[in-house]
Amino acid sequence: MTQDVLAKGRNVDRARTLKRFNTMDAAFRGVTFSAAVLVLVLLGGVIVALVEGSLPAWRAFGFGFLTTESWNPVTERFGALAPIYGTVVTSIIALILAVPVGLGIAIFLTELCPAFLRRPIGIAIELLAGIPSIIYGIWGLFVFAPFLQVYVQPALINLFGDIPVLNSLFAGPPYGIGILTASLILAIMILPFITAITRDVFETTPPMLKESAYGLGCTTWEVVYKVVLPFTRVGVIGGVMLGLGRALGETMAVTFVIGNAHRISASILAPGTTISASIANEFTEAVGDLYTSSLIALGLILFIITFIVLAAARYMLMRIERRLGN
Amino acid sequence: MYARRRFKNSLAMGLSFTAAAIGLGWLVLILGVLVYKGVSGLSLAVFTEMTPPPGSDGGLLNAIVGSIIMTAIAIALGTPIGMLAGTYMAEYGRDNKLTTTVRFINDILLSAPSIVIGLFVYEIMVVPMGHFSGIAGAVALAILVIPVVVRTTEDMLLLVPSTLREAASALGAPRWYVISKVAYRAAQTGIITGVLLAIARISGETAPLLFTALNNQFFSADLNSPMPSLPVVIFQFALSPYDDWQQLAWTGALIITVAVLTLSIFARVLTAKKAER
Repeated sequence: MTQDVLAKGRNVDRARTLKRFNTMDAAFRGVTFSAAVLVLVLLGGVIVALVEGSLPAWRAFGFGFLTTESWNPVTERFGALAPIYGTVVTSIIALILAVPVGLGIAIFLTELCPAFLRRPIGIAIELLAGIPSIIYGIWGLFVFAPFLQVYVQPALINLFGDIPVLNSLFAGPPYGIGILTASLILAIMILPFITAITRDVFETTPPMLKESAYGLGCTTWEVVYKVVLPFTRVGVIGGVMLGLGRALGETMAVTFVIGNAHRISASILAPGTTISASIANEFTEAVGDLYTSSLIALGLILFIITFIVLAAARYMLMRIERRLGN
Repeated sequence: MYARRRFKNSLAMGLSFTAAAIGLGWLVLILGVLVYKGVSGLSLAVFTEMTPPPGSDGGLLNAIVGSIIMTAIAIALGTPIGMLAGTYMAEYGRDNKLTTTVRFINDILLSAPSIVIGLFVYEIMVVPMGHFSGIAGAVALAILVIPVVVRTTEDMLLLVPSTLREAASALGAPRWYVISKVAYRAAQTGIITGVLLAIARISGETAPLLFTALNNQFFSADLNSPMPSLPVVIFQFALSPYDDWQQLAWTGALIITVAVLTLSIFARVLTAKKAER
C-alpha cells in the first residue's frame, strides 16, 4: 500500500513526500485532538448553558429556591424542595430494594451458577439493562400500579395502621401511583446495572485468594462475605453509586407513575414528583420566562447532584481497575 | 458450630438463588406483558398509516420515519466525533493527562441524565432558532451517541496489538496511515459494535426529544420543523385517556423493544465471533 506512495515520492522528491507525510500526520493528530477536547467542551457547555438558562430563577428567588416547597405557576412562585425531596427519596428507596437483590444475583452468577448458564444469564441481564425506560413507564402505569393499588397498598395500610411512625409512612388512600410505585419501578430498572457491575467487580477477586479460603474449609458464604466482599468493597460501592446516579436522573419511567404533585408528604403512598419528572411534564407547557427558567434551574440541580454521585462512582471503579492492572 | 456455619451458608445461598429467580422472573414478566399487550395491535396499518386523532384508525408511520431520520442524523454526527476522540486517546495521548480527563468526563456523560442533555440542546438550538425542530432532536441524540462511541473506540484500539502497528511503521508508513489502515481495520468489529449499541440506546430515548424535536401529528421530513418520534408518541398516547391511542402506545413500545433487543443481540454476536478468532 505504501509502496506506490513511496515510489511516487522517489520520482518526484523524497523530502517533499516526507513533508507531506508530516503535515498529514500533524493534521490527523490535530483533528483527533480537537475531537477529544470537544468531549470536555461538551460537558462545559452543558454546565454553562444550564447556569445561563437558570439565571432568572436564581435572581428572582436566590438560594431560597432550594428550600421553598411552593410551586405555583399562577403567582410565579417556584421552589425546588418538593422535586428534590422526591428525587432523593425515590432513589434511596430504590437502592434499598435493589442493592441486596443485585448483590444476590451477582453472588449467584459468580459462585453458584453452573458454568453453562453463566453466559446466557449474564447476557440476559445486560440486555435488560438496555430496555428503554419508557417501556418500564408504560408497564408501570398500566400493569404494576393497578396491581399495587388493588392488592399491595391496602394491605400495607392495614398492616401498619396501628403502628406509630409507620402508619404515617403508609397512610392511604391507595392511589396506585405515587412515591412507592416510582421507587419500585426504579429498583427494577437499576437492578441490571448493579448486578452487571458488581458481577464484574467480583470477578476481579484473584482466584487464588478464594481457593485458599476454600482450602481452609470456608463455606461459600464465608468466602463471599470474608474474602470477596472485603477485596471488592470499593468497586461494589462504586457500582451501587452508579446505580444511584441512574435512579436520580431517570425520567420517563418515573414520570408515568409518580403522580406529579408538587408537595412533600409524609406517606410514601402519596403522589409526589421528581426533578426530571417535573421537567418532562411541564417544560413544553411552561409559559413565561420565570417558569421555564425555574425548570432549567431544576435541571442544573439534578446535573450537579448526579455529577457528584457519578464522579464518586467512577473514581471508585477506576481505583479497583487500577489495582487490577498492577 | 459446623452445623451453624452450614446453615448460614445454605440460607445465604438460598437467598441469593431467590434473588436471581426474582430478578430474572420480574424482567421476563415485563417482556411477557409487553408482547401480550402489543401483539394484538400489530397490523400492516401500524407501518403504513399516520398517527390518528382519537377515535379513528391509524398507525405509527410518521413516528417511525421521524425516529429513523433523527437516529440516522445523530449517528452520522456523533460517530465521527466519537471515533476521532477515541483515536486520540488510544493512539496519541495514551495515558497522558488529557486522555485521563477525557475518559473520566466521557464516563460521566455516558450516564448523565438524558433530560439534562435535552435542556442543553434547548438552550443552544431551540431558543436561538425560535422553534422546536427535528435537527435539534438529532443533535440531542448525537450528544448521547458520542460517549458510547468514544468508549468502545478507545477500548477496541487499545486491544489492537502494538506489534501490528510497529510492523506497519517499519515498512515506512506514516502514523495516520498506520492508524487508518491497520489499527482501524483490526478494531473494526468492535467499533461497529459500539455504533450498534449507540443506535440501540438512542432509539428508545424520550426525554431529550420532548423539548427539542417536540412532536408532530403529521408526516414531516422537514428538519427545520417539529418532528414526531416513536418514543414521544408512546409517551403522549399512553398518558391519553383514549383506548385506541393507548393500544397504539403498547404496539409502539413492542416495536421499539424488539428493535433495541435485536440490535443489542446483533452487536453481541459480532463481538462473540471476534472473540472466537
